[in-house]
Amino acid sequence: MKRVQFEHSSIPYLFVAPQIAIIVIFFLWPAAQAIYQSFLLEDAFGLSSQFVWFRNYSDTILSTSWLQSAGFTAIFSLLVTFLSLSLALLLAVKANEVIRGASTYKTTLMWAYAIAPPVAGLMGNLMFNPLIGDLYKFFNAIGWDFNHKLDAFDASFVVILISVWKQVSVNFIFFLSGLQGIPKAVNEASMMDCRSPTRRFWTITFPLLAPTTFFLMVINITYAFFETFGIIDTTTQGAPGGATTTLVFKVYQDGFRGADLGGSSAQSVVLMILVLILTVVQFRYIERKVHY
Amino acid sequence: MKVRSLLTAMGFGASMFASSAAFSATEIQWWHAMGGRLGEVVNEIAENYNASQSDVVIVPTYKGGYEDTMTAGIAAFRAKEQPHIIQIFDAGAATIINAKGATVPVADLMTDFDIEDYIPGVRYFYADSDDKMIGLPFNSSTPLLYYNKEAFAAAGVDAPPKTWEEFETIAPKLKEAGFIALAQSHSPWIFSENFHSRHNIQMATENNGYDSTDAKILYNNDHMKMHWSKVKEWLDAGYYGFYGRAWGDNQDAFVQKKVAMWLGSSGSFGGLTKSAEFEFGTTFLPYWESITKEPTGTFIGGAALFAMSGHEDEEYDAVADFFGYMTAPENQVFWHKETGYVPITNAAYSAAKEEGYYESTPDAEIGILQLSLPGGEWTKGYRLGYYVQIRDVMYKHYDDIFSGAASVEDAFVAMEKESNELLERFSATYK
Repeated sequence: MKRVQFEHSSIPYLFVAPQIAIIVIFFLWPAAQAIYQSFLLEDAFGLSSQFVWFRNYSDTILSTSWLQSAGFTAIFSLLVTFLSLSLALLLAVKANEVIRGASTYKTTLMWAYAIAPPVAGLMGNLMFNPLIGDLYKFFNAIGWDFNHKLDAFDASFVVILISVWKQVSVNFIFFLSGLQGIPKAVNEASMMDCRSPTRRFWTITFPLLAPTTFFLMVINITYAFFETFGIIDTTTQGAPGGATTTLVFKVYQDGFRGADLGGSSAQSVVLMILVLILTVVQFRYIERKVHY
Repeated sequence: MKVRSLLTAMGFGASMFASSAAFSATEIQWWHAMGGRLGEVVNEIAENYNASQSDVVIVPTYKGGYEDTMTAGIAAFRAKEQPHIIQIFDAGAATIINAKGATVPVADLMTDFDIEDYIPGVRYFYADSDDKMIGLPFNSSTPLLYYNKEAFAAAGVDAPPKTWEEFETIAPKLKEAGFIALAQSHSPWIFSENFHSRHNIQMATENNGYDSTDAKILYNNDHMKMHWSKVKEWLDAGYYGFYGRAWGDNQDAFVQKKVAMWLGSSGSFGGLTKSAEFEFGTTFLPYWESITKEPTGTFIGGAALFAMSGHEDEEYDAVADFFGYMTAPENQVFWHKETGYVPITNAAYSAAKEEGYYESTPDAEIGILQLSLPGGEWTKGYRLGYYVQIRDVMYKHYDDIFSGAASVEDAFVAMEKESNELLERFSATYK
């Protein structure tokens, strides 16, 4: 029997070439550089360098400041992801039920989508300014001894609030389109079977939204890890006492501000591995529960 | 048709470029960190220089804050695209000076250079251990006490405090008049580095780090701990205000009359005259009489200009010519008057005096007077590696002292340990 053979052509390779080139230039090459650099002690100007094995790793990763930063990053990412997803879901469900003026609600809720994190940070900074900030004054007026310049909890509250606010509208758009993708027939059928809207939501709507939720979860964790940099840089800059320093911000502090290339490369590599593990966990264990 | 006109345009453009290149013999790139009003003055200086002669064209480029500028310079150097001149700030001095071969020392660059021409306070800060000047001090400032005269009158206080002991007697009066007595804008610079200089206390081993990179920080000393215990007491008693690490937030508190006194930079003078709607005065940084009866001068803050290596000889001649122009008395006086930074040469200082500038604006002289106070063994400066991170470490532990998360004792022990780890890393890197 003759096997069917398609004629090989180089055209498909040509089509994927730009994509491959982008990955190589903007991801693989810098990642390789970071790994290489993480084994070196090199002066900032690259005039002398020595190979030191894992010294950069042991110096930075074992330091109290890195461990503190790792702890904050874990809590911060968890809270930002959970809060921005749940709030967005709540808003999307409610906005989806509104009949009159629906588009006004939707547009208003999507409004903040186009705001870049540093801009959100600057706005938050103004609102929490101890001298002129309205939110700062408000919290103190209602009896909360609020001072994010000194109190670690208050500072974390500020960065989480701004990060969640910025992300809710993005999640809202996805959840809303997810909700609108659920067939009407399914909803109507479930209404006949069950009177409780809460129960209908958890047994019918939520499982049908699972692919969207999973996708958003991956996106939001990445957001909390990396993109919130702009918010932290424009608000607390990691203060007070390093209490709001995320791992990415620390890489920036040591590498860009402090010119310690080896140390910050080692941190980047560890961060890369952490995110890799996290992604694998998400796809292997959580995605199993998702039905498309 | 279209292609042809495009080609003509390109040819025209190319010939324009060629002709302009022929006219401007040497183009010198100058990367700096002076934003806002300061950036305008920098551009003005460059324009004036370019107009004054035809061999050299200085091209100033604003590269962001101090850290951003240094990072941009480092990245450019690694890519062999470095500018001729770069402005590097005090805390980054160790990084660029210890990278052997990254710069050409100004002392070698400039013809008939004499370090004695520079005022004592700035002379050795950017010099190596043999007192050879590496970077040319550019924007030099020093911490000063600014006080609100109206607040003082309201509280019935006659004069600003010379010592911290005096401060403790007048702070309650200011509080009664509704003011927080004091805020300051840079804990590492004002309450740590210059604290040592003002009291002539050693800051780090190895001659404050000038002799070798193998230095250890000496911040964990009794004087510092005493001072910071007091600061914490003042904060709790309502005599001291902390509005965050950001420079501007604390300055704003002074401008908005929340605090009666503010420790800032001599370079803040020009900005304050525009923003403060009250009469204010300036005076020296207070000292502890319990530590010394003969206070010494302060370090300079700010930044210096470094000539980066890897360029042609004729370009260095051009850089030297420009440095000569920059340090000429009339240009120093212009810079001094426009910005509030101190003049760096004795000749420039005399020129400003002769002009009668200090008779009309006596406060503008306070900074240079403080820098000219008698020096001591430990007042010429410091040279410590990874000092940008060490300052971050200090900020971190000062936050903890303020918030009560750590005792003064514990904070300084941790600060010493973390700083020395950084210094050790630096020493291993820059052998």
